[in-house]
Amino acid sequence: MTRHVVARVDEIQPGQRKIVTVRGREIGIFNVGNDFFGLINRCPHQGAPLCRGEVVSRLVAPMPGDYRLTRPGEMIRCPWHCWEFDIRTGQSLCDPNSVQARAFDVAVEPGKALVDGPFVAESVQVTVEENYVVVTV
Amino acid sequence: MNMPVLDRTPDPTTQNDRPGASHLGFIDCDVHPYVKGPNDFDPFLSKRWLEHKKTIGGRTRQGLAKTSMYPRMSPGAGMRMDSWPKNGNHPGSDLPLMREQLLDLFDVAYGLLAPLVGGGPGERNVEFGAAMATACNEWQLANWCDPDPRLLGAIQVNIEWPEAAIAEIEKRAGDRRFAQVNIPPRGLEPLGRRRYWPVLEACAANDLPVSLHLGGTSGHASTGGGWPSFYHEEHPSYVQTMQTLVTSLVCEGVFEQIPNLKIVLVEGGFAWLPALCWRLDKHWKRLKAEVPHLKRSPSEYVHDHVWVTTQPIEEPERPQDMLSILEWIGPERVMFSTDYPHWDQDDPRYAFKVPLPDEWKRKIYRENAKALYKLD
Repeated sequence: MTRHVVARVDEIQPGQRKIVTVRGREIGIFNVGNDFFGLINRCPHQGAPLCRGEVVSRLVAPMPGDYRLTRPGEMIRCPWHCWEFDIRTGQSLCDPNSVQARAFDVAVEPGKALVDGPFVAESVQVTVEENYVVVTV
Repeated sequence: MNMPVLDRTPDPTTQNDRPGASHLGFIDCDVHPYVKGPNDFDPFLSKRWLEHKKTIGGRTRQGLAKTSMYPRMSPGAGMRMDSWPKNGNHPGSDLPLMREQLLDLFDVAYGLLAPLVGGGPGERNVEFGAAMATACNEWQLANWCDPDPRLLGAIQVNIEWPEAAIAEIEKRAGDRRFAQVNIPPRGLEPLGRRRYWPVLEACAANDLPVSLHLGGTSGHASTGGGWPSFYHEEHPSYVQTMQTLVTSLVCEGVFEQIPNLKIVLVEGGFAWLPALCWRLDKHWKRLKAEVPHLKRSPSEYVHDHVWVTTQPIEEPERPQDMLSILEWIGPERVMFSTDYPHWDQDDPRYAFKVPLPDEWKRKIYRENAKALYKLD
């Protein structure tokens, strides 16, 4: 497992995402309320580019007619068949017990720490003044 | 969609997602071409019908304009979100993107077109409907079949004006750029009724299979029990429509009357077909006196005359149950389809959740369609 610097923190604003390719894997890096999460860009259902889907809320209805929008901005909806996944964990909404999109460990590190390594940052210029998004693959 | 992308050199040891050899070179039995704009058919309309289109417009069988009866849940208007061309045109309207996402990606041998545009087949003014159907046929040739000979057209007709429909079929017969005749499955009456026999006879006489692609509305409620409230409820009503068609064609004796008629059910699923046949066979034994024209059991007619396409494929809770379903229908009657670029399309790599025997795979992905449509 290697830690890869994939973006400056200010590149991915809350509600935004960036798709990165690390060691041949496309990974979506999401900023949800200034917390960062990583999901494989491949839907476990039929292989669609999951992280290019729409970021949505979780809509629940305890009873018919009683609708509640919960967890705004925390779900990703697959661009093909609309399966929804929890951005924080990769857990599937429609089949939570057996379907999961692979989640990656994402952290924010100060440039000062990164300069000392061991990190791979061949595409992102690291300076000590900034903070960076780091994904472990 | 505009989003930042960081691309790094892939690790050469990591497997990429290119399709394997077993998913290349298939025949896709359901591909949707779309228009770039509302005037794409205009070059193929006579002055008389162009004026009509401009000043009067279409008369559909629903009360809504510029939308479907059941708008899709996806914000992509019922389309694969990544199939929207960058130029903002409609998914399926851009041949280069269709090549990139389907035809070239999978080295598709042939793609059977199912144009759901123009409104000709369901138009209430049958003269305008026939003109729009003819225009759609010309549009398919000019924009799809000629630029990319892998794409085979479907002859559009308005079946409510049988003479014009038959003339259109006869005009196109022998043109190998067309593979079949497309008839809307939701008609004013079930398809087996005698009023439709002349058109079905023309299809069979010219060796053209009839494809029935789901969607649209006849003006009747889409279920036997009334209008659905949800798209989720409307979607399985496609199964009811297909069951009605199969039952009507069998019970009316169409397959006795037109012994070489070939019917292709597109986008209606297929897992329901064995159970319907069991039920029809059971009651046929008791009710023969009512339908003495049926010389053989309903399931025999179905097996000899009806083909199904796979998408939207059923996903049984136990994936291996799919093998039983295919065995009951007969793997020689099942043909793979993607339904590109619709939101519920299937990817050939992942559609079947269980490995198929090699012989079945060859038949379903290629050989059945090759034989039915007499392709090289």
